Amino acid sequence: MIERTGAVFRKEFIHIIRDPRTLAVIVLIPIIQMILMGYAATTDIENLRTIVLDADRSPDSRALIDAYRASGYFDVVGYVDQEEELRKLIDKGEARAGLVIPVGFGTTLASGGVGQVGFVIDGSDPTVANTVLAASQSVGQAESMKLVEQQLGGAQMTIARIEVRPRVWYNPNLKSANFMIPALMGLILQFLATILTALAIVREREMGTLEQLIVTPVRPIELVLGKVLPYVVVSFITLLEVLTFGVLWFKVPIAGSVLLLLALSALFLFTSLGIGLFISTITKTQQEAMLVSWLFLLPSIFLSGFFFPLEAMPAFLRFMSLFVPLRYLLTIMRGIVLKGVGLDAVVPEVVALILFGIAIVALAAWRFKKRLE
Amino acid sequence: MTLTTDTADTTNTAMAAPAGPDDATAQSVVVTQGLSKEFGKTVAVDDLDLQVAPGEIFGLVGPDGAGKTTTLRLLTAIMVPSAGSVSVLGFDTVDQAEKIRPHIGYMAQRFNLYRDLTVDENLDFFADVFGVPDDVRGERIQEAVAFAGLEQFRKRRAEHLSGGMQKKLALAVTLVHRPQVLFLDEPTTGVDPVSRREFWEILTDLHLQGITIVVSTPYMDEAERCARVGLMYEGRMIICDTPRAIRGLLGGQMLEVITSDLRTARTVVESLPGVTEVQTYGDRLHVFVDDVNRSEPVIEAGLEAAGIEVRSVRATLPRMEEAFISLIRRQEQAELDEDIEEAEGD
Repeated sequence: MIERTGAVFRKEFIHIIRDPRTLAVIVLIPIIQMILMGYAATTDIENLRTIVLDADRSPDSRALIDAYRASGYFDVVGYVDQEEELRKLIDKGEARAGLVIPVGFGTTLASGGVGQVGFVIDGSDPTVANTVLAASQSVGQAESMKLVEQQLGGAQMTIARIEVRPRVWYNPNLKSANFMIPALMGLILQFLATILTALAIVREREMGTLEQLIVTPVRPIELVLGKVLPYVVVSFITLLEVLTFGVLWFKVPIAGSVLLLLALSALFLFTSLGIGLFISTITKTQQEAMLVSWLFLLPSIFLSGFFFPLEAMPAFLRFMSLFVPLRYLLTIMRGIVLKGVGLDAVVPEVVALILFGIAIVALAAWRFKKRLE
Repeated sequence: MTLTTDTADTTNTAMAAPAGPDDATAQSVVVTQGLSKEFGKTVAVDDLDLQVAPGEIFGLVGPDGAGKTTTLRLLTAIMVPSAGSVSVLGFDTVDQAEKIRPHIGYMAQRFNLYRDLTVDENLDFFADVFGVPDDVRGERIQEAVAFAGLEQFRKRRAEHLSGGMQKKLALAVTLVHRPQVLFLDEPTTGVDPVSRREFWEILTDLHLQGITIVVSTPYMDEAERCARVGLMYEGRMIICDTPRAIRGLLGGQMLEVITSDLRTARTVVESLPGVTEVQTYGDRLHVFVDDVNRSEPVIEAGLEAAGIEVRSVRATLPRMEEAFISLIRRQEQAELDEDIEEAEGD
């Protein structure tokens, strides 16, 4: 048993080493994906190009502009005199936001009235617009509070008021990378494990070597283990690579136990390999296997909460997401990395992964026959 | 050097005694009964009954698509039959396939080893999965390599070997675990004549060491080298006998006729009395007749009367090739007659 599994295992490693291009893809793709996703998939807003139309030109209006600039969200890239010019600049995409301060802003404030300013936002990208909207309001409110305090002066008059002070836990700077990188680890793990396993087995079928294996005394379980284990090793090395890169490059702090993270990733790997194995039993050529793998993997990106929050999905899709194992891993990964939770906090997800893994491996084993049809 | 089978690790007692002519079935290494395999609507193998005696070279011949490969895959438990049964060394290929595997070797028509592995790595791998013990494996691999003449190529990747070398490597791989029965699917197809000859010399050596060999081939000269030959046509076994007996089936004798006009000559000769069958062979006719001495003058006269120049007529012995063509023709004719009868019956 061990000898034969070992023989297949060693042979598979020779295949991996003899194919340097695939090896390069295995090692480099995760890094490239991380760089792409880590930067591109970010929704953080910094230095948004902003145009100012200051019709008031008073000390108060300048103070307000400075406040916006100081927030770090907005980068004042120009001043205009006419609203028409502001429109043009936003239309051309040279600016994404505009601050409009009408005449009389300063005098209204001085007379104790409500100074109204306009804030124009390019809403083409709703995600950006939402963030900008919140930022523009919060800067204005902070300024407003300062004014109130100034007017009240040192006199400690008590004015009843409610102040909501939102505090963001776990990812206080709302850095997207912190949210995306753990998820990316799961995604990369799934892609590699599923595709590599499916291809490795289908290749034997396509090249005819499976026929030669059938006439040997190797048992299906030995064959499958020997074929799959090298890719467990490769996938795990990749996981470590992504983890190291995430921590060192993207400075993602890992709040929880790295050991637990690796252990649960291994569990997920089992599921992914099972899917790959299953795909190999329903396809005949590597091309077919590749296509079917994508068919399995693409929905998992969208239904796992990788890009789009599960909470925002229609009920039907949310139900479908229950059958996407990546969904559970993402909850686990984000939980461990961001919140530092222990095993007790992710029990349902772990159970789901175990059930899913057993089901898919059993299905694949049942389909995997040591015969030709 | 010798390549002998390990009789110690087989439990099959049927192997012990040499095959007697009367109880061939009981003594046979391979027995099939009503063996059939269908792929959808296509019947690849149709009701095949076959026995292979211990130590014999059994040839499976027939045109492409006759079902030779499928038959070998059924005999080696690679495929499960649609109907009927196969037993190899006394074990059933469906229920006891794993008991058969350690004792047989199979070489596919296509090169089915790992192309990115070297000669040694391929041999090592298959020695491992067959569980060849460590203390003898080095020696056995060395033997197999020497036997196949691959000594200088041990570090070469299989994909960089010539076609003939690949075939020899494939054979070497099947020998490392010392099988009792070898199944070879067209081992010499696509191989140059010199390599073909070398390959058959290796097979003869193996035969002399007592290994049973079942080999399929499209070449009739190779069929002549077998102890017994089964002719397959459209999934059925048309005949199964010794090459001598098959040649004898033609009944009459054969004349080789060379003329100035092959096509017209053929039509003329076919209509002459005493002629049973005419086959073209290159630039000449092979004419099967009841009696050579009586037919020779008749054919010469007939051709001359038709204005065809006769360059040579001589009596010769029919070979397997002629025998098979004749048998296949008769088969086709029989099927045609059946179809006509059926059509008339409607």
